[in-house]
Amino acid sequence: MNKSLAAATLALSLGVSGLAMAEPLKIGMITTLSGGGAGLGIDTRDGFMLAIKNSGNKEIEVVTEDDAQKPELAVQIADKMIQSDEVDILTGIVWSNLLMAVAPSAVAQGKLYVSTNAAPAALAGEKCNPLYFNAAYQNDNLHEAMGEYANKGYKKMFIMAPNYPAGKDSLTGFKRYYKGEVAAEVYTQVGQTDYAAEIAQMRASGADGIFIFLPGGMGIAFMKQFAQSGVDIPVMGPGFSFSQDVLPAIGDAALGVKASGQWAPDFDNPASKKFLTDFQKEYNRLPSIYAVQAYDAAQLILSAAGKADVKDTDAFRAELLKADIQSPRGNFKFNTNQHPIQDIYVTEVVKDGDVLTNKTVEKIFTDHGDAYAKDCKM
Amino acid sequence: MTLALALEQLLNGLQLGVMLFLMAAGLTLIFGVMGLINLAHGSLYMVGAFACAAVAAATGSFWIGLVASLIAAAAAGALVELLVIRRLYDRDHLDQVLATFALILIFSEGTRWLFGSFPLYLDIPPILGGAVMLPGGLQYPVYRLAIIAAGALVAFGLYVLISRTRLGMRIRAGESDREMIGALGVDIRTLYTVVFALGAALAGLAGAMVGALQSVQVGMGEPVLILAFVVIVIGGIGSIKGALFGALLVGVTDTMGRFLLPQLLALFVPPAQAGMIGGAAASMLIYIVMALILAVKPRGLFPAAHA
Amino acid sequence: MISRENLINLILAALLLAVPLAAYASGEQFYITLATRIAILALAATGLNLALGLGGLVSFGHAAFFGIGGYAAGILATHGFSGDPLLLGLSGTNQMPVIWLVAVLAASFVGLVIGAISLRTSGVYFIMITLAFAQMVYYFAISWPAYGGEDGLSILVRNQFAGINTMRPLNFFLICYVTLLVALGLFSLIRGSRFGSALQAARQNEVRVATVGIAPFRIRLTAFAISAGITGLAGALFADLNRFVSPSMLSWHMSGELIVLIILGGVGRLFGPVAGAMLYVIFEYALGGVTERWQFFLGLILLGVVLFARGGLLGLLAGRAKHG
Repeated sequence: MNKSLAAATLALSLGVSGLAMAEPLKIGMITTLSGGGAGLGIDTRDGFMLAIKNSGNKEIEVVTEDDAQKPELAVQIADKMIQSDEVDILTGIVWSNLLMAVAPSAVAQGKLYVSTNAAPAALAGEKCNPLYFNAAYQNDNLHEAMGEYANKGYKKMFIMAPNYPAGKDSLTGFKRYYKGEVAAEVYTQVGQTDYAAEIAQMRASGADGIFIFLPGGMGIAFMKQFAQSGVDIPVMGPGFSFSQDVLPAIGDAALGVKASGQWAPDFDNPASKKFLTDFQKEYNRLPSIYAVQAYDAAQLILSAAGKADVKDTDAFRAELLKADIQSPRGNFKFNTNQHPIQDIYVTEVVKDGDVLTNKTVEKIFTDHGDAYAKDCKM
Repeated sequence: MTLALALEQLLNGLQLGVMLFLMAAGLTLIFGVMGLINLAHGSLYMVGAFACAAVAAATGSFWIGLVASLIAAAAAGALVELLVIRRLYDRDHLDQVLATFALILIFSEGTRWLFGSFPLYLDIPPILGGAVMLPGGLQYPVYRLAIIAAGALVAFGLYVLISRTRLGMRIRAGESDREMIGALGVDIRTLYTVVFALGAALAGLAGAMVGALQSVQVGMGEPVLILAFVVIVIGGIGSIKGALFGALLVGVTDTMGRFLLPQLLALFVPPAQAGMIGGAAASMLIYIVMALILAVKPRGLFPAAHA
Repeated sequence: MISRENLINLILAALLLAVPLAAYASGEQFYITLATRIAILALAATGLNLALGLGGLVSFGHAAFFGIGGYAAGILATHGFSGDPLLLGLSGTNQMPVIWLVAVLAASFVGLVIGAISLRTSGVYFIMITLAFAQMVYYFAISWPAYGGEDGLSILVRNQFAGINTMRPLNFFLICYVTLLVALGLFSLIRGSRFGSALQAARQNEVRVATVGIAPFRIRLTAFAISAGITGLAGALFADLNRFVSPSMLSWHMSGELIVLIILGGVGRLFGPVAGAMLYVIFEYALGGVTERWQFFLGLILLGVVLFARGGLLGLLAGRAKHG
């Protein structure tokens, strides 16, 4: 009681004095800047740096390194950042498998980790950690939202994902909320590029809706092939399959697809409009969902850095947990497992002039947490 | 499971096989004539796809893009042959593996340097869009039929080229006896450059055609490259006929495995598990087939004269 | 009288030991980690060097053994940690010697199976079939759900070695360093033995070896299995270094990297893998710090070595190798 009161008073006094009191803070960003997945890492970095730049906070230093989407390299960089650069906070990893390689040992060494994207179930439930925060979502969230959405008017769904843990989590998340019949549950090879066999099964299945989770190039390939197949069944999926990084490559084949997301470029709140304008001005392209998540991660760190010294881990954590930011997503707060509680929407891919983008259709979940928080004992 | 679905899957397997053949033909041709193992073949496939996407975006025509992909891949192939590959013919396979592995790194990062990190847009030409009704009430995408036709055309073209033309005669001579054709007064250095560029153009053509169906991105050539290796090992390295046969075998096996194995397992275990285990087994199936074939015929189904 | 190559070998061995000691003295912990990485990659490549350098067997699938060793460590440690029995009532363990034994045996066994099929072929077939087998193991690891699939498997606490605190970077480095020296000693012994002579002779002239009554197939298969075992041991250490194992240890890029290490250092030479691993890790680290296009320049450097510096670093420093 005493301690928290003291922390609150301290925070208050620091808050009043504002940026002048900001302590130096070093952030290590490990993300994917080369290879096939580089687009996601570049959006992560750019979104993050935009928030840092906007803050004008000169006491914050960000060290960025490329993990080339290799877990071993990510571990090596994390070791270097912790042992040699002596960073205070790590962030930036896009992929669950790289995060699982880095985050557990980073927090074991007393460093904070703020995730900008990857959110495996393991770190949200039993293995949650006071030093691990996720600013994006929990991996299952967007799939759950599509399951809930499919309850409205879809009686028989064909569901498909790659045969790896994130794919299994995806279909599990979907089924957690979907109450109708599952026509077939298909797992494809990771990195598969030809989906003719699966599309033929879809046609034959008699399903009235298709849910796919195929991130990156896999989704691009599937959507293009599906559009040519003559199969006329509505397709839906989690937002990152139809985010701004892949939409231009899918082209018109994506039109009309329903997706779930915590943010879309047409959000009508001041923070979102400012973010969109700033991002386009700075980088001359539309931001993806990864950019928003990283932007918020940086905002969270900035908000805590303005009020507490990162060397005082408990105080800094307490400030992070308050989530005192204006998120482009709108409502945003942390759950007991330090994952977001936020609203989740269904969007539709539309053409705005010449540009493909996502338009909000409806809010599907209000203040949505995740299924693992109850297993998290901190 | 209906007969129509099984037939459709067979057709899908055939079409995957034809795509693999386009890759494998160049690979096996280069090995047959020059004895060179080229890991960077997948990079030439990527060059073709990127050239097609970039030119199609600039001109608005897929067909101009297709021509550009042939030119770009052949040019990249010829350039690489002149600068690097020709120093490797008299080296052992180890040096060839390493040098062409290095080329992959250079091509991949170089392409990313030029085109950025995001996948490019490449759509199929409108005339080949949509699906047609086949006899038996089967709906099938026109573009996939076009790929099958293009593959058959290329196979026929290669057959004519090798068995009926002057260049083909030299290639055959080169396959059977490398010293001999030098003695015949054929400029062997030029011949090698031409063959390498031809193989590269085939990979580029495959990249452009497949790129319209898939995602044009850095690293797209690597999964195809490994499948193409499996194809030529099964068929017999250096044999075009073997490449065709191996490609169709791999295409049909892979497609049918992905389709049938989970259904077969579903008879014994719950569907979700059947999907996972069946999927895992299907992804290993072609390698198992390859191992079985090599256990019986260590030099593939159609062993070439040498190698 | 010490030969020039042996002198260079001694210097390399001393250098690999001196850098982490100096780093320890100056508190630069990270360089110890980097040196540990070098020692482990050198160990893995020493395994491959036995098959590739002595036997002329260009295996493009050694990542399979590296990964199997890594998974042996990861799976045993997971069961040791949770207390769940592994199979047939056997429990897991966090004792490094036991883990190493299992890693070596598992990798050697898979090496025997893959070798028995692959060694029926030769030349470019051998390269491709070993690649394909490694891909098969890779896809299996990605899609098999029990041990994390593509997400991999975390080892929460580094495994134990009697009487040594393995969590301290320098201690763990010394364990890897000694293991590397033992493996190099074994390589040297094999190279000088009758078995090693037969293996090298089979590379140079298969027919002649067969006519003096030695079966090249059995010699090669034995060498391939030993080679797989050493690389598997390195995989177990690598898993402990990262406290993490994932299918990317099994990917074909890893197989390529192991070949690269050997060629950078010098094929068939005792310290070739050590020199190669030093160069490679330093390139990767230095270039990665300078530009995010580092893979482009790494490619150029590799190409330069193949085209213009045959024999690798040791070839440049110590002259042509004595053997063919």
